[in-house]
Amino acid sequence: MPDAPEALLAISGLTVAFGGVLALCEADLTVARGSVTAIIGPNGAGKTTLINAITGMVAPSAGKILLNGREITRLPAWKRPRAGVARTFQNLEICSNMTVLENVLTGAHRLIGYSALDSLLRTPRFLRGEAQARSMALGDLAFVGLAEAADLPAGQLPYGSQRLLELARALALKPDLLLLDEPAAGMNIRETRLLGALIRRIRDERGVTVALIEHDMDLVMDLSDQIAVLNFGAVIATGTPSEIQKNPQVVTAYLGE
Amino acid sequence: MRRALPGALSPVLFFAAAMAAPFVLSNQYYVSVMTLCAINALIVLGLNLLLGFAGQISLGHAAFFGIGAYASAILTTTYAWPIWAGMLAGVCLAAAVAWLIGVPALKLHGHYLAMATLGFGVIVQIALNETTWLTGGPSGFVGVPRLTLFGYTFASDRSYYFLCAGTLALAVALSRNLIASRTGRALRAIHTSEGAATAMGVHTSRYKLFVFILSAVYAAVAGVLYAHYLGFVAPASFGFHFSVQLITMVVLGGMASIWGAVAGAAFLTSLPEFLRALENIDILVYGLVLVLCMIYLPGGLAGGAAKLAKILSNRIAGHAGRA
Repeated sequence: MPDAPEALLAISGLTVAFGGVLALCEADLTVARGSVTAIIGPNGAGKTTLINAITGMVAPSAGKILLNGREITRLPAWKRPRAGVARTFQNLEICSNMTVLENVLTGAHRLIGYSALDSLLRTPRFLRGEAQARSMALGDLAFVGLAEAADLPAGQLPYGSQRLLELARALALKPDLLLLDEPAAGMNIRETRLLGALIRRIRDERGVTVALIEHDMDLVMDLSDQIAVLNFGAVIATGTPSEIQKNPQVVTAYLGE
Repeated sequence: MRRALPGALSPVLFFAAAMAAPFVLSNQYYVSVMTLCAINALIVLGLNLLLGFAGQISLGHAAFFGIGAYASAILTTTYAWPIWAGMLAGVCLAAAVAWLIGVPALKLHGHYLAMATLGFGVIVQIALNETTWLTGGPSGFVGVPRLTLFGYTFASDRSYYFLCAGTLALAVALSRNLIASRTGRALRAIHTSEGAATAMGVHTSRYKLFVFILSAVYAAVAGVLYAHYLGFVAPASFGFHFSVQLITMVVLGGMASIWGAVAGAAFLTSLPEFLRALENIDILVYGLVLVLCMIYLPGGLAGGAAKLAKILSNRIAGHAGRA
């Protein structure tokens, strides 16, 4: 494979079945390092299932997922952040029983080195690790513009800010690949525009490759380096925004015959 | 940092207050009630880590309390083990049982986990009742020696109270440290969303098992203290009724609050003692107090205290503003 070094994520023949229903049917997708890839498609096309398979929340019955050239198809879900995958959720999964900062610190879980015994006894290692994680987490909060809200209970944030908090929490994992499941859902036009700028900064300043599911076509067309179109569990087209807009198969999938 | 200081000092203040209490309430009877409060608070503290912080229910926690109590009682009495060894064995046995039960049971969620732990609690109580040759059966197990550690016998009620309150203060400090750490955040994340926790790299089943065993250890430590305090254990103290009472203490004190756990246990342990004065209607008043607490203090005693503190500080700030 001559293009292997550039491909951060390479999915081939991925099949996920729920009972008799094929949510994904031999889907193929390649995501280039340092790009923003949008995954679009009608409802029920298998977009979220694709993200769930990449993050290990559903088990594929066939196919392969390669990240950084390493196969992660069968890796337990909780080990995938270590492999470099982070995600946000379509329905917000904010920990409302913690402060904003603690949410982001939870994202840094795998990067904190001290043991449970260190924390029970408040050893210097605990204090050092905690201070380090704290400053990193504050950095991530400042990055999404929530530094002021650090000590608020996370549940008190307005909806749009909770979406940003999920983003900061995912960034705290220091991922190679960030998967966003409808990040603009429920946002107004202004918030969506700011989100677009933020995702670009994530790619350019943080060097994180982004793959997102999104229904807001203005955002998708404006932001994406590559678009993949899913229909009935298969990737029916990939290409640049202008290529996708001209693709007759895509037009059919969206508008019908 | 100014605001963090009282927080860090609060276990020390609590310890000081708890140590001073028997000098103020020097009556023997009060001291024994406070000892039972401290023992119950220890169990509730552990159960709150499991239920309030990690969101996993256990309706069989009295069983771990009982396993600790009975194991230490039998080993030190029937088999004449040294007391420290019996206590250690009691705690280790409870931890081992928690591991055995936790591995399959914690795969369950919500009502199913409640049913599984309830079943476990019932089984343990039946076992304590039926193995008469070992446990003395329903009439209980008598003659448990008073606690002696490093050659010192905790003979007086006051000395035993100091031991229990000291253990509780230590447990409070350790719990606070745990909650404000990577482990504590992982547990709280599991409470709201196991999916999100997993996506952040938290090995959820391992953490759930860890906190389940930890809460069993808290209960077993309370159990061994209980057995060597009363000198007598009976299966009725470790049944379903007590498990439910423990849950009530967690909820009434305030879910996910360390101080709430202590307050809830102290309140519900001492309330019946104070209500004795009412003789025949004490159980009615007990019920009424619970109902009123649930209606007016949905966040438990801890939530109510926080609300009160906020109102007071606002009022003081208002006065200062006008002056």
